Amino acid sequence: MLVAILFWAFSAVLVGAALGVILARNAVHSVLFLVLCFFNAAVLWLLIEAEFLAIVLVLVYVGAVMVLFLFVVMMLDVDIEALREGFARNAPLGALIALIVVVELAYVLWVRRLGVELPGETAPLAQGASNTAEIGAVLYTQYAYPFQLAAMVLLIAIVAAISLTMRRRPGLKAQDVSRQVSVDPAERVRLVSMPPEREP
Amino acid sequence: MIGLAHYLLLAGVLFAIAVAGIFINRRNVILLLMCIELMLLAVNFNFVAFSRFLGILDGQVFVFFILTVAAAEAAIGLAILVVLFRQRRSINVEDLDAMKG
Amino acid sequence: MDFAAVCLMIVLAPLAAALVAGLGGRYVGRAGAHTVCIAGVAISFAGSAWILARMLGGAAVFNENVYTWGVSDGLAMNIGFLVDRLSALMMTVVSFVSLAVHVYTIGYMRDDPGYARFFAYISLFTFAMLMLVMSNNFLQLFFGWEGVGLVSYLLIGFWYKRPTAIFANYKAFIVNRIGDFAFIVAIAIIAAYMSSLDYTEVFQRIPRAIGHDLFLTPGEPSKVITVICVGLFIGAMGKSAQVPLHVWLPDSMEGPTPISALIHAATMVTAGIFMVARLSPLFEMSPDALHFIVVIGATTALFMGLLGLVNNDIKRVVAYSTLSQLGYMTAALGAGAYGAGIFHLMTHAFFKALLFLAAGSVIIAMHHEQDMRRMGGLRKYLPVTYWTCLVGALALIGFPGLSGFFSKDIIIEALHHSRTEGAGYAYWCALIGVFVTALYSFRLVFMTFHGRERMDEHTREHLHESPWVVTAPLIALAIPSIAIGWLTVGPVVFGDFFAGALAQAPDGPIVVLGEEFHGPAAFMLHAFGSPAVYLALAGVVAAWYLYLKRPELPDRIAARFSRTYRLLVNKYYFDWFNENVVAAGVRNFGTSLWKRGDETVIDGWLVNGSARAVAALSAAVRHVQSGYLYHYAFAMIIGLSLLLGWLLLRS
Repeated sequence: MLVAILFWAFSAVLVGAALGVILARNAVHSVLFLVLCFFNAAVLWLLIEAEFLAIVLVLVYVGAVMVLFLFVVMMLDVDIEALREGFARNAPLGALIALIVVVELAYVLWVRRLGVELPGETAPLAQGASNTAEIGAVLYTQYAYPFQLAAMVLLIAIVAAISLTMRRRPGLKAQDVSRQVSVDPAERVRLVSMPPEREP
Repeated sequence: MIGLAHYLLLAGVLFAIAVAGIFINRRNVILLLMCIELMLLAVNFNFVAFSRFLGILDGQVFVFFILTVAAAEAAIGLAILVVLFRQRRSINVEDLDAMKG
Repeated sequence: MDFAAVCLMIVLAPLAAALVAGLGGRYVGRAGAHTVCIAGVAISFAGSAWILARMLGGAAVFNENVYTWGVSDGLAMNIGFLVDRLSALMMTVVSFVSLAVHVYTIGYMRDDPGYARFFAYISLFTFAMLMLVMSNNFLQLFFGWEGVGLVSYLLIGFWYKRPTAIFANYKAFIVNRIGDFAFIVAIAIIAAYMSSLDYTEVFQRIPRAIGHDLFLTPGEPSKVITVICVGLFIGAMGKSAQVPLHVWLPDSMEGPTPISALIHAATMVTAGIFMVARLSPLFEMSPDALHFIVVIGATTALFMGLLGLVNNDIKRVVAYSTLSQLGYMTAALGAGAYGAGIFHLMTHAFFKALLFLAAGSVIIAMHHEQDMRRMGGLRKYLPVTYWTCLVGALALIGFPGLSGFFSKDIIIEALHHSRTEGAGYAYWCALIGVFVTALYSFRLVFMTFHGRERMDEHTREHLHESPWVVTAPLIALAIPSIAIGWLTVGPVVFGDFFAGALAQAPDGPIVVLGEEFHGPAAFMLHAFGSPAVYLALAGVVAAWYLYLKRPELPDRIAARFSRTYRLLVNKYYFDWFNENVVAAGVRNFGTSLWKRGDETVIDGWLVNGSARAVAALSAAVRHVQSGYLYHYAFAMIIGLSLLLGWLLLRS
């Protein structure tokens, strides 16, 4: 019973936050609503005992990705009003499409029932089992190669993001280490032979 | 009692809101990216719910990978956005019609 | 020697000669060319004569395939020879006339630059004609048929710098195409119904075609056998120049005179007659086709003869005479008297070749002047030509005792006794035709050799008899023109010479006549009781009166009956009709196909139209590719929801 109350409460907040994401006038508010979404989602996942992913969602998404979003939104000097042009005009169409999608999904779930009986309860967990340990056991054995691949994807994403955004402004007073290291003495020092000032 | 169907419908509603968001905020690239994040969240909801209610762990592993890819996507998407903004001083999607046939 | 080897030698010798003279004419020279060709044809003649002798001596019919060209779905396409008395007789006639023409050509074409080419053509022609005659199947028949048609085309246009010759050879070729089309359609129907192309097998399988109907026009069944026979005969109409496909033959006189003698009198034009006789077992089965044949033949016999009366070109008069005589032969075939038709073919081959060569001799003497109004009194200058020509003319009109007399009289009597529908009409046409034949033949003789000398001084001074290579064939042809009828009428027509080779209805006209036949002398005496001889004599007298006694009379008659005269001079407006209705219609049809079908539909709508359609479609569709990512995303999302909706509502 308590679980149901929690589910409905957090679901309501989740849907409201999602609506906030797409309807907020200010992009910063949108990002913050999205953060709220993720928090609620994490709670809902906790309700069905998917603790590891709930924590990861909060740590990775809220802690890293959403911060990145916030950073970009605040950094870019965006003309919000120009971007919201046609907002009201597109709203009915968007609502209609959304409604169609919801109706179709509901139809699938309740009327057609996918041809199977949907379970009403979560699968029982083994005594003393840890969600994190279970996922780890699978991830590092059966999914070892995809795991490595995921790591590569992240690495490439880092490299790509940096190489895309990095630029050297003219006149930037920064050290260039490789140039410093590879310097040739002949370019810097000129040895001249001249007579002494005074007679020894 | 809360069953699988509730979670699935919640994910569906979330997905529909994201779709509507794409329609409504079609000029703002940042919001489009955020809507995509919302869509991915809806998908993740499905995975997690199925995984837990059917007792199959692979769904959660998939969510893990989706999170990875989504993070990478967000990083590159935002990087492109920054470069774009530098070039055009705008993130209005309607300025981006270089692929017009 | 076995028959197969001789047969091969007979057909291949002229072919080899033609190849040598045609491809190597530059190397063997003029004398080399004519030596090779004459040798080739002489070999053919010798072989043919040997075979004929063997056949007369009672040798069995030779029927053998020598080569299988191909087999398709059980339908064998062979090259083979069927040598019986009919083909042996034809082979001998063809190779003999060909040999005579070869010799004659040496004199006639002496100064022509295309000498070797000419010899190559006529040898090639001999080859094709022999293939046609000796064939034992329809495919080889068609090969020979087309071969002679090709050589005929080449020879009519031999002087290819003359526009009239080119026009004439096109005309001959195109008119023959019409006939050949029907011919090959008939062969195709035979192959379809009889599953064979071999004569013997087809004749055995005739019952397969009887009782079947074809629907050429909706709702009106035609008997298969009739369709086959009429189709074959339309082919014969083209080759043997029967009305209305006769129009090419008079124009073919544009070719050199030896050709007119060889091809357009003695051999090629008789291919149709020969073919009908050869396939007589088929034709006997179709009374409707025979009715058609007899009417066409009789019409040709009379009305083409009338044209000979108004023409002034010596060769064209002979050409119209040929048309008329071919009509007689065709009528005889239609009457069921195949033997009579072939007999007339044989005698006609001799005397018509004789007449042509005599005309050629005159033309040489007159320095290639062909208009009879500028001749006259040539008897003094060309005695040999005159006498041989006279023999030819007498034979042609059926002077009692000469070859033409027997053959023509038998045809008339056969028409009289025939039970074919339309034979009555044909009988009267043939009788009147006798008078007309005599009239135009002796008009020719009198205008050319008698009366006032109407040529100019220069020509008169150079008039002299032709060289021996010209006169020798004339004499050689005059002898059989006189004698061959008397000698052969008994066995060939009434005897069992063609037993087995030609179909013969048990109550056919030949059988009826045969019962009354008691040797050539009795036949002659009997003939004096029939109107034909008197009509012929009346024709000669009329010609004498009109062209020698009162030469101004014909013009007055022409003026008096100007409408009839104009009809004849314009050849019944066949050419006018063909040029202005048929050819113009085809041209208009072609132009409309070109303008509307090709330019408008194919080029305009299909080729450029499809390109334009693609361009227009692209111009419309390119707006979809806006370049905005969100448009694409929307398309995907809307499409997804529609697809999902369709999946849900479907079941």
